[in-house]
Amino acid sequence: MSLVHEIDYGTPASRSQAQVSLTIDGRTITVPEGTSIMRASMEAGIQVPKLCATDMVDAFGSCRLCLVEIEGRNGTPASCTTPVMPGMVVHTQTGRLKDIRRGVMELYISDHPLDCLTCAANGDCELQDMAGAVGLRDVRYGYEGDNHVKARNDGAINAKWMPKDESNPYFTYDPSKCIVCSRCVRACEEVQGTFALTIEGRGFESRVSPGMHEHFLDSECVSCGACVQACPTATLTEKSVIAIGQPEHSAVTTCAYCGVGCSFKAEMRGEELVRMVPWKDGQANRGHSCVKGRFAYGYATHKDRILNPMIRENISDLWREVTWEEAFAHVASEFRRIQYQYGRESIGGITSSRCTNEETFLVQKLIRAGFGNNNVDTCARVCHSPTGYGLGQAFGTSAGTQNFDSVEQSDVVIVIGANPTDGHPVFGSRLKKRLRGSPGKEGAKLIVIDPRRIDLVKTPHVEAAYHLPLQPGTNVAVMTALAHVIVTEGLFAEQFIRERCDWSEFEDWAAFVAEEQHSPETTEKFTGVPAELVRGAARLYATGGNGAIYYGLGVTEHSQGSTTVMAIANLAMATGNIGRPGVGVNPLRGQNNVQGSCDMGSFPHELPGYRHISDDATRDTFEKLWGVTLNNEPGLRIPNMLDAAVEGTFKGIYIQGEDILQSDPDTKHVSAGLAAMECVVVHDLFLNETANYAHVFLPGSTFLEKDGTFTNAERRINRVREVMSPKNGYADWEVTQKLAQSMGLNWNYAHPSQIMDEIAASTPSFAGVSYDYLETMGSVQWPCNEKFPVGSPIMHVDGFVRGKGKFIRTEYVATDERTGPRFPLLLTTGRILSQYNVGAQTRRTENAAWHAEDRLEIHPHDAEQRGIKDGDWIKLASRSGDTSLRALITDRVAPGVVYTTFHHPDTQANVITTDFSDWATNCPEYKVTAVQVSPSNGPTEWQEDYSELSRQSRRIAGKLEAAE
Amino acid sequence: MNIRVSASDVAERTLGIIRDLKHLEGPMLPILHAIQAEFGYVPEEVKPLIASELNLSRAEVHGVVTFYHEFRDHPAGRHVLKLCRAEACQAMGSDRLADRVRQLLGIDFHQTTLDRAVTLEPVFCLGLCACAPAAMLDGEVYGRVDEHCLSEIMAEVRQ
Repeated sequence: MSLVHEIDYGTPASRSQAQVSLTIDGRTITVPEGTSIMRASMEAGIQVPKLCATDMVDAFGSCRLCLVEIEGRNGTPASCTTPVMPGMVVHTQTGRLKDIRRGVMELYISDHPLDCLTCAANGDCELQDMAGAVGLRDVRYGYEGDNHVKARNDGAINAKWMPKDESNPYFTYDPSKCIVCSRCVRACEEVQGTFALTIEGRGFESRVSPGMHEHFLDSECVSCGACVQACPTATLTEKSVIAIGQPEHSAVTTCAYCGVGCSFKAEMRGEELVRMVPWKDGQANRGHSCVKGRFAYGYATHKDRILNPMIRENISDLWREVTWEEAFAHVASEFRRIQYQYGRESIGGITSSRCTNEETFLVQKLIRAGFGNNNVDTCARVCHSPTGYGLGQAFGTSAGTQNFDSVEQSDVVIVIGANPTDGHPVFGSRLKKRLRGSPGKEGAKLIVIDPRRIDLVKTPHVEAAYHLPLQPGTNVAVMTALAHVIVTEGLFAEQFIRERCDWSEFEDWAAFVAEEQHSPETTEKFTGVPAELVRGAARLYATGGNGAIYYGLGVTEHSQGSTTVMAIANLAMATGNIGRPGVGVNPLRGQNNVQGSCDMGSFPHELPGYRHISDDATRDTFEKLWGVTLNNEPGLRIPNMLDAAVEGTFKGIYIQGEDILQSDPDTKHVSAGLAAMECVVVHDLFLNETANYAHVFLPGSTFLEKDGTFTNAERRINRVREVMSPKNGYADWEVTQKLAQSMGLNWNYAHPSQIMDEIAASTPSFAGVSYDYLETMGSVQWPCNEKFPVGSPIMHVDGFVRGKGKFIRTEYVATDERTGPRFPLLLTTGRILSQYNVGAQTRRTENAAWHAEDRLEIHPHDAEQRGIKDGDWIKLASRSGDTSLRALITDRVAPGVVYTTFHHPDTQANVITTDFSDWATNCPEYKVTAVQVSPSNGPTEWQEDYSELSRQSRRIAGKLEAAE
Repeated sequence: MNIRVSASDVAERTLGIIRDLKHLEGPMLPILHAIQAEFGYVPEEVKPLIASELNLSRAEVHGVVTFYHEFRDHPAGRHVLKLCRAEACQAMGSDRLADRVRQLLGIDFHQTTLDRAVTLEPVFCLGLCACAPAAMLDGEVYGRVDEHCLSEIMAEVRQ
């Protein structure tokens, strides 16, 4: 094995169709028009020396090292900023150029420390490489001059020297090593779009400055790592590289955090992970990353990880470590006993959106073929199940219609109920890049529909054309009002609708939305969105060119989640924004593999590939393959399992990689359900909150410890590769297989690729997928089969999957969760960049530096009425329960609305949320809860009781208390 | 004009300036000049205000402010004396002149006299190379600065 080598072409690729031929050092090469001479040279295999150029950012032309000579032109132009011309004859190496380059390098090195042997970048330093490339042998200016390298010159304090900034937990900034090439500044601007860095001062005083000469941690920096990646020297270096040294081999794998599914190179030294570096060929992230994927992998080796299986009779007992064999035998006998005693339907399982497709497939197979029932569900139940239902009804398949590259061709973007810069940061950066525009191409217009003023509404160089700050729970009314404007003002795409949809259904829908009760003027009264904003936004979306809709859990996690998804689909079809690049309906999936877990048949009513369990042909396929008879009735959903448990008919559950106690609504109901079961098996990395109620704990493996695939929000199947052996002994798919074997099933998979082969053989949309094919293609977007051999970046190109697109009436029905005198405020919830969902992983990394606790955002008006000051402890109470946390006073939320994140178990925001849910899919209504806020002086009784329970239930025999 | 003002006053007056000028193409430099004219320097706390009003980052504003030596980060004395240190003036004895001025005022470059009467600053070319050595007092240029001229300047700043 060796390091995955990536070629740096120096400047970004040109998108031009026209080709230009030229001669470089006697070689003829043809490249797209607009390509730089530097890039053309690299494509011809000639590396022009360079320092300030890298292909992630536009050419800058400051280092004066990449000069070339062009026949018939005067001087020595920089090859990075000079575009190719037809017939050009370029020389990259002449006596004159050699002298100039050596002279430039002398100047650089005269102001750079010569501690190469002890430098963290030793072996990975472009300055060092260039000194070698130009043949630097002597520095005529000496090394002792007026410089910024040494803290003291001849005993006197050197005012130009700056100490190292180590405030960021993951990387250091050492100004003494900086050559002021501006690559970090440009990466922050062009790639990440945060603009947190600048060059302050001029001449010898020039320094990279985060914010206004601040520490990195205090500045606007979001720690995405783009600057570190761009730095050619040791100025910006990962602390892990400083601690460990340079990596010696690497493998390309996929991040296990959000649904963007970024490709990374896991750079290793032996079995130790040195760093994660975004892979430029990754088609979801195009070489970019966020603080989580880039740096927050420390949980994989955290001391809290449980590495041995454990059993206990009662949840009040101490945990007892056992062998794997004992654990499997125990689970198998318990599950069989329960089924014998309470019936076949009395056990079930939950698949994980954090695990691979192969692992998820095995868990549902275990339940359907081994347990003999369909009691399988997944965490998509609580996030995007309405997407599955809504898009399935409208288009015929339940997935986003576009790839992420599509956003580069959008002209109008609607973001509804999503916060991409926090929840899907790498997509957020790609979106911001399109919103800023580029030379010669105006930026896309943005419409944000969100109760809260998310960052995208106004952030450096990006400003939403419209922000519709609706009351939580009124999504359907606002979407239908947008449709009202489009229909009544005649802005719909008649030709598209006649060709692609059912015209009579459209007419019915159009008559419905045109009713006066759906006009922006009428709905304004309860949505709180001024009618003019709705009309303006509708006109912009319908007439502004390619219109794309991106949405998140702010759409789905409502009592009318499925209805809103359908309303979104209606809007896209009515304006013809489906089936080509730049448009579409794009759910931003939360978990790394939530798309995959849905694809793999994790729902009680669906076999892999979204085929209903009652469909005889589909069942027949699997029955033949698995040699069993499948139940043709849908099984229980998660909330039904818990209800049945409380009633006493559901007694055992196998939960892989999901913390339902913390992430599912109405915590008290979840805990009552779990407490009523006789065998709760939790398969996870950590003793999570659900494990407080578990009888068997099976240690899980991280994404670094197994082979498999994840499917991201754009249906892209990405490979996950094992870079270290599982610390717990087995990858998760092996655990499930051994459990199945203990229950008497004859499973003999030797490698996850064999599981993928079984998926491909049984599921038409995956028919063309295999590990060999993924090896060749890098990644592929399903459907991938005979009809779409290279996958499907854009769906519904020639027609909808279901045939004709279906318009569905979307009547607004207010949620039963209403404010009243006792609970006058509406609580909505969301996420923050540095933490991930329930925080089981990110809380066990240095990311806590940015978000150490959940805070309640409250408008100054509401705070003042209640005598609450910023930072005060407050009690947050709903009909379901109460909790306490500290207040953050901000006008990001409207009066009457409060907002919090749910990353920390001691906050337990879901104690507050109610058990109302989506009418079609049971997706819980997380985003609307009527609450009251009052001053408090610390944790509530529930929080204290719960923290005591957690402490008690995490005790392991023979060990000190497992730390949380 | 160089009297320290309260933070809220700075914010209010700055916002007024920004709103008057933000419609210009490339409004940052005119705004910074107006702020320096208003307060005598560019207070640190105006940078985030400019950033927010022009929808830029704090870093970008900081980068521009620090690039130009003309923008000061603290108030100057009542008078500002700039001596040209560029090549032509050096050839015509500006080093000796600088030594003499430092001696007369008892301060070095970038410093202000204790009575806050005058701030001494170097400048790199006033465009008066033909009349070197050159100086600038409170925006007015002086050419061929000799002992006589210098005493006039000193009298002015001592008033």
